[in-house]
Amino acid sequence: MAMNNSNKSKIIYTALAWGISGMIFFPILWTLLTSFKTEAEAISANPSLFMFDWTLENYSDVLARSPYFNHFWNSVVISIGSSLLGLVIAIPAAWSMAFVQTKRTKHLLMWMLSTKMLPPVGVLIPIYLMFRDFSLLDTKLGLVIVMTLVNLPIMVWMLYTYFREIPHEILEASRMDGCSIAEEIFHVLLPLALPGIASTLLLNVILAWNEAFWTLILTAANAAPLTAFIASYSSPEGLFYAKLSAASVMAIVPILILGWFSQKQLVRGLSFGAVK
Amino acid sequence: MGSITLKQVTKTFGDVNVIKPIDLQIHDGEFIVFVGPSGCGKSTLLRMIAGLEDTTSGNIDIDGQDATNTPPAKRGLAMVFQSYALYPHMSVRNNIAFPLKRAKMPPAEIEAKIASAAKILNLGDYLDRKPGQLSGGQRQRVAIGRAIVRQPSAFLFDEPLSNLDASLRVNMRLEISELHKTLDTTMIYVTHDQVEAMTMADRIAVFNAGVIEQVGTPLELYQTPINRFVAGFIGSPKMNFIEVEAVDGDPTSCVGVRPEHLKVTQDKGLWTGKVGVIEHLGSETFLHIHVDGVGPLTLKADGDCPLKYGDDVNLTAPQNKIMHFDAAGKTLPATPFSGN
Amino acid sequence: MATMQSRNLARMMLFPSVVLLLAWMIVPLCMTLYFSFLDYNLLTPGSEEFIGFLNYEFFLTDPAFFASFFNTLLLVGGVLLITICGGIGLAILLDQAIWGRNYVRIMVLAPFFVMPTVSALVWKNMLMNPVNGLFAHFAIWIGVEPVDFFAQVPLLSIIIIVSWQWLPFAALILLTSIQSLDREQLEAADLDGAGPFSKFIYIVMPHLSRAITAVILIETIFLLSIFAEILVTTSGGPGYASTNLTYLIYTQSLLQFDVGGGSAGGIVAVIIANIVAIFLMRLIGKNLED
Repeated sequence: MAMNNSNKSKIIYTALAWGISGMIFFPILWTLLTSFKTEAEAISANPSLFMFDWTLENYSDVLARSPYFNHFWNSVVISIGSSLLGLVIAIPAAWSMAFVQTKRTKHLLMWMLSTKMLPPVGVLIPIYLMFRDFSLLDTKLGLVIVMTLVNLPIMVWMLYTYFREIPHEILEASRMDGCSIAEEIFHVLLPLALPGIASTLLLNVILAWNEAFWTLILTAANAAPLTAFIASYSSPEGLFYAKLSAASVMAIVPILILGWFSQKQLVRGLSFGAVK
Repeated sequence: MGSITLKQVTKTFGDVNVIKPIDLQIHDGEFIVFVGPSGCGKSTLLRMIAGLEDTTSGNIDIDGQDATNTPPAKRGLAMVFQSYALYPHMSVRNNIAFPLKRAKMPPAEIEAKIASAAKILNLGDYLDRKPGQLSGGQRQRVAIGRAIVRQPSAFLFDEPLSNLDASLRVNMRLEISELHKTLDTTMIYVTHDQVEAMTMADRIAVFNAGVIEQVGTPLELYQTPINRFVAGFIGSPKMNFIEVEAVDGDPTSCVGVRPEHLKVTQDKGLWTGKVGVIEHLGSETFLHIHVDGVGPLTLKADGDCPLKYGDDVNLTAPQNKIMHFDAAGKTLPATPFSGN
Repeated sequence: MATMQSRNLARMMLFPSVVLLLAWMIVPLCMTLYFSFLDYNLLTPGSEEFIGFLNYEFFLTDPAFFASFFNTLLLVGGVLLITICGGIGLAILLDQAIWGRNYVRIMVLAPFFVMPTVSALVWKNMLMNPVNGLFAHFAIWIGVEPVDFFAQVPLLSIIIIVSWQWLPFAALILLTSIQSLDREQLEAADLDGAGPFSKFIYIVMPHLSRAITAVILIETIFLLSIFAEILVTTSGGPGYASTNLTYLIYTQSLLQFDVGGGSAGGIVAVIIANIVAIFLMRLIGKNLED
């Protein structure tokens, strides 16, 4: 069959794209496969991609030896709790900045973003000491507070860019139609901004789930989320590749799935409206 | 009822005076059009009447009550926006019902109102669609429907037709005029298009740089503009302005002739020029004529005008149709004009 | 533009965010500043005394500071370079007509969702381990000496891991940007006889500049405080070969319990971040203006 030029280039590009994306995805795939191997097969010098004895032993081992579900639950509470709390604080602020603009709005936004640039180490010791004095060390509440504050600027920014896309006149129309500000927000703004709010929530859940500075420093056994749990594999358990893999898979799969489902919204939100 | 009185109303943004003190009486049942170039303050004034912008100083009375600081929802006015501002997440029915629900009207009554609005505006078939599925003209009708169900004491229109294409605009113009006759309610209509102003208004207020230059019926503005700005803004094509040299004892610095009053003559005439581009519209012809020392003049002739590009022509105009303006642009009483 | 009433309300609704962020930023920062002038060690509580700029002197003259300062710059710069160049390439590739684009996109995006501790451990143990790692197996298979990544090129290894985590982000944002490019511009360039290279330089790159700015900004925010990847792989070593500022200050404050010294380091890090921030704000302010 004769092939035209565009079909030929499509084949080349497809092969190239699959090859490169396969390489990028490979470490994750390899982790997934290793989690089903025995320890011996995992470190074998002639590793096999699929031809090995599949086993679920590693998963049951990880679950038996460590309070995985505790850590999982901690991750859920911290990431979802801080994201919801952040929304409650950020939505009114974003409304103000998007719809009641003043000369200061731009500076305020920039300032908020700049707090995100403050290196955590600049406030590490006081936060650590305050946490110690208020008995917040190694508590979920303490981490929810910290993660809310850490991600608040990003939430305000994202919501601001989404709100800005809602035509001003629609909100004014609702005001003419007899809405109070609260009714305006609930009946008109929130339904219109729902996709944006949802993606803000999702992105912040992901960021909080994966945050690995404060979670490592401010937690020990009780409130440690999955990031800290995995860090405990750094040595010497890390040499048990199959178990490390099983634990890793259990730590990343929930967020991987969530992220795949919301990838379109994520990209737009994260770029601060720079990319439509 | 729907009379609105503006007393010494001003608006400043920062240190810019967007609206300089304005006095205006809008009568009950009147169709008044605010017209002017963009940035002249006409939309801002409308939004101030609506309550969407603060009034910096002065008073706005609605039906004799001071409403200067009343929130928009309590003013009893309805507004139709340039972008229609429909709620995209609600059906047409719910869009129209929205203000009534906010006013806690019983459902049966709401249904009746929607039905009657749908009938007036021909929206019956679209009630369960979302605004996104409607054409521009239909959306505009929904926006009007949302406004009329509230039975406001006045309607505010903010350039409602500028997003529609030309032929639809002519239809909607007629529909809105018709609606005004049916409802007999005060309407304030903002536009930058003087044709809309001339065709729809009972009275027109011509805005320029934050002040009202002149208020009057369409014909008053056309026939006796108070100054050069109004003369130039009202009428299409625009009035021709010809600068003249100062003569002792005559303050005239410029004369104006509307294209429809400029005539080609076999005599010497007032000006001599060369025919430039000719626009044939069928019913009439616009000639652009280059006159040395004066510049291009526009002339409106009959549909079957025989002139061609490059012809030399002599031009004249009846003395009583030539307007005189002083250096500040004010209209002067007519005096005989004999060319430059 | 609005009314007095809504302006007042807006101020009230802004209040919680502003106050919280102010408290989160200013209060601890002032405390850090205060501690930085004290001789304060958590192991000997109660013996704090004011010692002026001595902590700063120690911190700034410590060879570890210079090492970690340059490591921080190398880390941020290296990752930015790799992710943006790689991201542009990937974005252009994924913009072509290919089969199964959605699956390719999902695979490319995946590393972004992997938590730093997991990706660091997987790379460290399963890929880069000099004995049992996959790279070592591969090296032996093709007959070369396996590289001991974390002993021989520790910083580069961390740059590779972090780049792997951030490449998807850059690629996806740049891809979205490329897809919003006006196709008529490219067609006009075709008619003007532009080749692929000049189309890339004169049309695609200017269009991408906004997205690249966003990528630089966001990545820098996160890259300046890389921590977990270092903690679980090299612990900053060997020596200070892979210590960045964040990690250095962490070891001083929480491993050596030297609050005074750690605080001085924290303040230095804040100043450096501010310099970067001012530079970035200029960039983003110019580029993101509507």
